[in-house]
Amino acid sequence: MNNLLVTNNVSKSFGSFKALNNINIEVPKGSVFGLLGPNGAGKTTLIRIINQITMPDSGSVFLDGKPLHPNDIKNIGYLPEERGLYKSMKVGEQAMYLAQLKGLSKTEAKKRLIYWFDRLGIDGWWNKKIQELSKGMAQKIQFVVTVLHQPKLLIFDEPFSGFDPINANLIKDEILRLKEEGATIIFSTHRMESVEEMCDHIALIDKSNKILDGKLIDIKRAYKSNTYKVGIAPNNPDTIQEILKEKFDSVPIYFRSINDEKQYKIKLPKASSKNDLVNYLTSLGQLSHFEEVIPSVSDIFIETIQNN
Amino acid sequence: MNHLQLIIRREYLNKIRNRSFILMTFLSPIIMVLIFTVVAYLSQLNNESVNTINILDESGLFANSFKNSETINYTNLENISLNKAKLATETSEVFGLLYIPKAPVLDDFSESVILYSDESPSISMMRSIENEIENRVNVLKLEEFGIDAKQIKELRINIDAKIETFEGKKTSKLGAGLKLIFGGIAGYLLFMFIIIYGNMIMRSVIEEKTSRIIEVIISSVQPIKLLLGKILGTTLAGVTQFAVWIVIILLLNTVISSIFGIDPSAIQSQPQEILGETSNSQQIITDVLVEINNLPIYNLLVMFMFFFIGGYLLYSSLYAAIGAAVDNETDTQQFMLPILMPLILGMYVGFFTVIDNPHGIVSQVFSYIPLTSPVVMLMRIPFGVPIWQQILSLVILFATFMGTVWFASKIYRVGILMYGKKASYREIIKWLKY
Repeated sequence: MNNLLVTNNVSKSFGSFKALNNINIEVPKGSVFGLLGPNGAGKTTLIRIINQITMPDSGSVFLDGKPLHPNDIKNIGYLPEERGLYKSMKVGEQAMYLAQLKGLSKTEAKKRLIYWFDRLGIDGWWNKKIQELSKGMAQKIQFVVTVLHQPKLLIFDEPFSGFDPINANLIKDEILRLKEEGATIIFSTHRMESVEEMCDHIALIDKSNKILDGKLIDIKRAYKSNTYKVGIAPNNPDTIQEILKEKFDSVPIYFRSINDEKQYKIKLPKASSKNDLVNYLTSLGQLSHFEEVIPSVSDIFIETIQNN
Repeated sequence: MNHLQLIIRREYLNKIRNRSFILMTFLSPIIMVLIFTVVAYLSQLNNESVNTINILDESGLFANSFKNSETINYTNLENISLNKAKLATETSEVFGLLYIPKAPVLDDFSESVILYSDESPSISMMRSIENEIENRVNVLKLEEFGIDAKQIKELRINIDAKIETFEGKKTSKLGAGLKLIFGGIAGYLLFMFIIIYGNMIMRSVIEEKTSRIIEVIISSVQPIKLLLGKILGTTLAGVTQFAVWIVIILLLNTVISSIFGIDPSAIQSQPQEILGETSNSQQIITDVLVEINNLPIYNLLVMFMFFFIGGYLLYSSLYAAIGAAVDNETDTQQFMLPILMPLILGMYVGFFTVIDNPHGIVSQVFSYIPLTSPVVMLMRIPFGVPIWQQILSLVILFATFMGTVWFASKIYRVGILMYGKKASYREIIKWLKY
């Protein structure tokens, strides 16, 4: 069994509004799975169904090959987008409470909390009240509480919102470390650069339907269009544009570079090889930049949503 | 520890440590005792003042019939005119002047007596003056008809029918009132508890939503456990607070009455004194004791506990349901009043229907309806209700409580998915279908 979590034709409606329509996703064990989609697409509803906060109208969810069971709360750690803590409680007490609700014993919870507080450099906060903390500080506590019971499946909804870049990196490293240690991670965010950095798999949901999913590399391969960015110092600057336009599907572009050069985006027909292009370009002048354009997650996101 | 225990423990500790909760725990009994002390002191002052009333009796019939009482001193003015008497009374510190003119026929007194005074007299003062005159006129009239007043007195016979059950248990008419008192106390206590702690439960249910921790909590525990834990935890905190109140009030009461000689609890005992006027108060006390002995006392105490707890839990679960339906406290107003209505209804049914006919159909029905049974059934029990009926009513009560909590948890689960959507009655009915 390679998939930790599988949803099978999950549908959910609120009144006449269909929030999810036959969603099938497969989250491989040990992967970071990006759950993407525009606002209101149904991501949060799907996450809530996985967390058993709501029940699907139809369809089923399997965790580790077995249908989801109320006891599975022990196996899932969830950091929701709408998050907070009891304001009048002390940090340590609150963390202990939440850890015990997740099934940890008192001594075990304490041991792990001390470890994590030390790890994130927040060990002096044990007796502070939440209302004395800044938003970012409270987020750190929430992160610790989410991962403390070492669940098989971790679900993060916008985990980096409210963090400064240093702390965001800290949390990102912790998430990746948890993955190394064997956890599977579902990750929902609008920050495409972190999807780029962290996700192995993605699924794209739009208007209640899944419209794309798979390994990120495969998706990128499928979406690349044999297009290249080139920078060239031409022997004959006046005619280069016409020559290129005649021969290829090319447009002048601008990208940041330290060289003084002409810049183009050239799209090759499926059959032709990039070596031929390089050879041809070097015959026209000094080639200073040659790069295959690989679509970013952001590009794929925008393109797919707009075509949908 | 399981979830429910954890939640109860957190709720309890959280309430107990809350600064305003602590403040209220120690401040309210002090304020209460202070108010009672001041009121008791003032009413003592009030009673101590004695008013003097001048009497100008031109008829000459009432010369010795006015006797000084605790609050009124009478002075007879003789051989002066009404105008002079008025002037003399007005310029002195005397409260007023009672003028009794000459009357050819005794019946004329009913209209002709006048009390001159700057301040209006209290009702009790007027009544005692009128009584004095009436008594005297009655005697005079009897004499007119040639009847001896003494004979009339001897003619009067007081009938006091005794009530006895077939088993030979004696009860008195006093019992019925006493029986109602038990129900009344239960109803009153329930009312107080619900008003004080119902809101607290409601607020505690809203807490997760305002602090936005709700999704984390709800993905860890079932809503029904959360709500049950909140109700029980807050209730325990309430019981603790109530116990502290009673201890402090008793302590303060002893301290104040021993230092200042004022008894704040004297205020409550006054109505009994009024009762005591009709017959010998010693007799009443023994009667009451006998009555209490005759009541099904263990049955009452045990059922009082169960019905009180059950009633309280049921009403607090309704508050929890309101908390579950709304996002913040300002949205709760529309739901508040309907909750207390059935309780008030129960009190009315208890005081008017049960005393009339404890086993009538209305009394019976209301002692099974869970929202009114805690009051009505407790009022019926002293009149003798079969145990199976009591237990049936209790079962209905507790089942309804669990039902309400379940209902509340259902609303709770759906309510969180409806951020920003205001809970109206129509919405809630829709939510139940999700």
